[in-house]
Amino acid sequence: MAPHDIRRPFKRAAISDQQKRRELSLLRQAQNRRDAQQQARCLASSILSLQSAAPESQPEQSDTEIETVPESEQESEAFSKDLDVRQASKLRGPEVRKWFARQLMLPEWMIDVPDRLAQDWYVFARPAGKRCFVVSSNGTTVSRQRNGSILHHFPSALPAGAKIRDGSGSAQSYCILDCIFHELDQTYYVIDMVCWNGYSLYDCTAEFRFYWLNSKLEESGACNAPSHYHKFRFSAVPVYNCDSSGLYSAYTGVVPYAKDGLLFYNKHALYQTGNTPLALVWKDENCSQYVIDTDGKGEIPSQQQVVLELQDDRKLVTSDDPPVLFGCLDGDIIEKSGLHTGNLLRFAIGDGGLSFADGKLEKADLIYLGKSNRARAFADSYSKVLFQFMVRHSPLKIDDLLASINSANDQEKTPSDIEMVG
Amino acid sequence: MAMEVTQVLLHAQSIDGAVRKNAEDSLKQFQEQNLPVFLVSLSGELANEEKPVETRKLAGLVLKNALDAKEQHRKFELVQRWLSLDGNAKSQIKACLLTTLTSPVSDARSTASQVIAKVAGIELPHKQWPELIGSLLSNVHQLPAQAKQATLETLGYLCEEVSPDVIDQDQVNKILTAVVQGMSSSEGNTDVRLAATRALYNALGFAQANFSNDMERDYIMRVVCEATLSPEVRIRQAAFECLVSISSTYYEKLAPYIQDIFNITAKAVREDEEPVALQAIEFWSSICDEEIDILEEYGGDFTGDSDIPCFYFIKQALPALVPMLLETLLKQEEDQDQDEGAWNIAMAGGTCLGLVARTVGDDIVPLVVPFIEENISKPDWRQREAATYAFGSILEGPSPEKLIPLVNVALTFMLSALTKDPNSHVKDTTAWTLGRIFEFLHGSVVDSPIISQANCQQIITVLLQSMKDTPNVAEKACGALYFLAQGYEEMGPSSPLTPFFQEIVQSLLTVTHREDAGESRLRTAAYETLNEVVRCSTDETAPLVLQLVPVIMMELHNTLEGQKLSSDEREKQSELQGLLCGCLQVIIQKLGASEPTKYVFMQYADQIMGLFLRVFACRSATVHEEAMLAIGALAYATGADFAKYMPEFYRYLEMGLQNFEEYQVCAVTVGVVGDISRALEEKIVPYCDGIMTQLLKNLSSNQLHRSVKPPIFSCFGDIALAVGEYFEKYLLWAMSALQSAAELSTHIAGDDELVEYTNSLRNGILEAYSGIFQGFKNSPKTQLLIPYAPHILQFLDGIYMEKDMDDVVMKTAIGVLGDLADTLGSHAGSMIQQSVSSKDFLNECLSSEDLMIKESAEWAKLAISRAISV
Repeated sequence: MAPHDIRRPFKRAAISDQQKRRELSLLRQAQNRRDAQQQARCLASSILSLQSAAPESQPEQSDTEIETVPESEQESEAFSKDLDVRQASKLRGPEVRKWFARQLMLPEWMIDVPDRLAQDWYVFARPAGKRCFVVSSNGTTVSRQRNGSILHHFPSALPAGAKIRDGSGSAQSYCILDCIFHELDQTYYVIDMVCWNGYSLYDCTAEFRFYWLNSKLEESGACNAPSHYHKFRFSAVPVYNCDSSGLYSAYTGVVPYAKDGLLFYNKHALYQTGNTPLALVWKDENCSQYVIDTDGKGEIPSQQQVVLELQDDRKLVTSDDPPVLFGCLDGDIIEKSGLHTGNLLRFAIGDGGLSFADGKLEKADLIYLGKSNRARAFADSYSKVLFQFMVRHSPLKIDDLLASINSANDQEKTPSDIEMVG
Repeated sequence: MAMEVTQVLLHAQSIDGAVRKNAEDSLKQFQEQNLPVFLVSLSGELANEEKPVETRKLAGLVLKNALDAKEQHRKFELVQRWLSLDGNAKSQIKACLLTTLTSPVSDARSTASQVIAKVAGIELPHKQWPELIGSLLSNVHQLPAQAKQATLETLGYLCEEVSPDVIDQDQVNKILTAVVQGMSSSEGNTDVRLAATRALYNALGFAQANFSNDMERDYIMRVVCEATLSPEVRIRQAAFECLVSISSTYYEKLAPYIQDIFNITAKAVREDEEPVALQAIEFWSSICDEEIDILEEYGGDFTGDSDIPCFYFIKQALPALVPMLLETLLKQEEDQDQDEGAWNIAMAGGTCLGLVARTVGDDIVPLVVPFIEENISKPDWRQREAATYAFGSILEGPSPEKLIPLVNVALTFMLSALTKDPNSHVKDTTAWTLGRIFEFLHGSVVDSPIISQANCQQIITVLLQSMKDTPNVAEKACGALYFLAQGYEEMGPSSPLTPFFQEIVQSLLTVTHREDAGESRLRTAAYETLNEVVRCSTDETAPLVLQLVPVIMMELHNTLEGQKLSSDEREKQSELQGLLCGCLQVIIQKLGASEPTKYVFMQYADQIMGLFLRVFACRSATVHEEAMLAIGALAYATGADFAKYMPEFYRYLEMGLQNFEEYQVCAVTVGVVGDISRALEEKIVPYCDGIMTQLLKNLSSNQLHRSVKPPIFSCFGDIALAVGEYFEKYLLWAMSALQSAAELSTHIAGDDELVEYTNSLRNGILEAYSGIFQGFKNSPKTQLLIPYAPHILQFLDGIYMEKDMDDVVMKTAIGVLGDLADTLGSHAGSMIQQSVSSKDFLNECLSSEDLMIKESAEWAKLAISRAISV
């Protein structure tokens, strides 16, 4: 039985840095776990409170809110749409991608210049970045990308966007914004407003939505610099009437973000989910880094590539409604590659290109490449294929757009001239 | 046969490796062929006076190793094997062992003592060998001295081996009587007295009843105190060891003896040989430990019930104790600071002084200040060092109000001494003292800051300069910088260290490259300080932290450009990789915490991950804990993109989960699985089979340290939440593991440590349930969970009724109630209504003052009201 060692730590801190790192890691993990659980519960409880509270909570409403009762019909309609958004948060996998992709208004590509551009349209420079839905509700804000995945989960100064006990904003208040998240300055650029403080703007014209966006967003404090209860800055984008000076400003004007093309919105159009010809996107090298589509490696393929959906009768179609037929696939390939109806397939456009008759696609020279990336929810739209084709062969230039506005001006003058003479 | 064993055992000690190997193989073969005969012949060899002493000893050793092993599972196997051994063989072996105790050969006796204790350790808990203690003690008085000594030694080993509850009080009394009599001054034989004193050390744990009896306690204490005065130094040392053990085991019984003990210890500290003096000081350190614990408990929630009261021995002894300890400070050894293993009277005295300061607080200050003032400027370095050490020692314990005026005066002096004192020992202690000043008197906890803009610059300049001093001084300077940085944590958006950030980081990196950075753990200290500086940095210096990323990556890269390394070099390389991975972990966590820096940092993610994978590849059998921790932080920062690393990383993840021996590695890896689940969400599905299989295996293993099991359950929850209804595949297994753990953890019987463990187990189980319910929510498969609901509700009711859950469990438990109601809805409505949890427990949580409990309870209330209304 040897003597017992009684050495004590000498001139040493009681805890090792490694132990500290371990403990801090555990702390972080516990916090993240709590956040994940809290998030799952939050989404649920907001739905619970909406579904059950709508009738029940009326007696609790304060007197001042009675004035809003006439709007309740409209509100409950908004709820039903909003509810979809939140319930969809719990869909998984491909469902979620499809669902979210369907909720955003998706502009068509500009393959010809619409009439009355100067009178009926807005134009603005699209920020480069991730298109997403930002939903604030019940003290938290979540942004979801087109494919449904969560981009951020954060507190914001949007109504109901953070847990601040100032009592303002009823439990049912919430917002849905159509945004582009711009990485470089970590800012959400709001390109459209779908719901604001419980008030639905789905059925409002773009003119009203943009007006409301510009006045309300600033007012809410969401455009302020980030702080503890407001993790990301929001910003509106400068929107112009699409006359020649407006178009020129959008095209050349200095903005705090990297541009990715121009967006054109028809002033009278409601917020319509899915593809719409009432919103258009146009790009050239001067206002976008991404004019010609790149492949998975970020390189421009020598031949244009398109993604089409395979239908029952071997037909290959676009994602448009109604779909546009691009051709038929050989039965051999279908069998050999084990393809099924509904598969999204990638093709190159061969030297034969696309040929048109009467403004309609007549023939496409398609070369089968394989199945598309699993993350894809939809085939390409007709306008996209065409725009990409034009970019490679005879692009629609900014001068063409300006010329069209000017000639329209001329035309407008012309009739009045004629009247004078008549 | 017996002859053969002797030969083989002799060969087993041969210097010729081949012969030795051959002999070891035959021993192994023999054991496998016929275990009982093998063990009997070993005991015969040990008992045989004709045999050479080496083979007798070795035979005993092999026998001992057949009874016990370090690894728990191996030990368990050996115990089972012995218990099922043929009874005759066991009797023969025991008889041989007892005979050997009377051998004239001391080595044979001593070996037999140890083997007997091992056998007793196995058999006594099973109520076997009941006659052992009786036969050991039957004629202890008539035995010759050698046998008496061997018997007492055997009793000592036996008390070390078995737990007090397996020996009857009657037998305990006999043992203690024999032992204490053997210790007494009337025992003329030194070896006997020494053996008895050492035996008492182990037997003290059996003496609860005897220490409650005044007469018996007086007797034991008198004999122990007398033994501290024995002319034999080993007896004095062993007797003081007994006093140290008594001070913690029987603190509350010491009052009548404390004055005598003080006199004895003071004499020993001043006059006795070092090993004895060290034990004498340790007695007071140990009393401090006791009183610090008791007073901490008072500060917490003093109930006044059965808790041990504080007798304030230290406070009472203070006027005499402090001067005695201050004297020891002057007995430094040259170069003790360069010797990692050094432990001498000055070090023990200084350590004790620090404990005394923590015990009594302000009262120590006026007793130490004159000593400091008198010695701090003396020409003899020992006096300056002792004064500085005394100052450093009392910085923890007394109030800041008492200390800050002193520090304000001393700071400039210290800074000057650190640069100008000619003695390295003084500089070492000065740097250490500065570190203590910053640790305890700097930062947001202190009202009047000791560091101003004016002296901040000077402090940093001095510390950075000292980082070029000898390794031990430089290490302390790093430590001081560590606490300086820590004090500025949470100081707001702007840190006073910002202007020096670049210079500090550069100096620390330079230190890590010093040729002699391996000494005095200097390199480690430099990286730890760098980590703390990064952790406590503010947004202002984020760009500089970003610049550090490629620098540390390059360092890590360099460690991987390995030539062939010796095992020693490989160990050093692995240590350095650990430090670098640790540093990267801290940086990743820092930069990942805010979006703008995370965004810029992500450009390095691929390369960093590549480096971590190469670190893993350096080790053939086990993964590096530090790299694993860093990967957890990286996964959190990377999010879903982490999926691209999984194909390569997965094998190391699995390796980490299989590492039972280094259970910290296993625990860390389990945590990383959680990080990855949250980052990947459903993308983790391809790896789930492997991970879940391993986790379930780990749960059922009795080799894995129990502390890893609660996090494994939590991890089930993380995975279920990530993959949703896909978890169906594992549901049956996971639920059955959870259910049996839940049953075990409902009731706790045991000490505080067990209560704490059980609560952590409950928390893990509950987090698993939460994750599973939330994962399945809104899936068509929720009905799969319905059959488990009654048990889960029962579990919640059970732990509620036990009334011993902590706040964390309470919060998690009430959350599970909400999750169950939310996911199962009306299916569980009536079940929930019948549960106690949905009423009393919920109400208790709703009125809790803990906001997190309240929040979870409100959620549960909402979910329940919906479940039962539909």
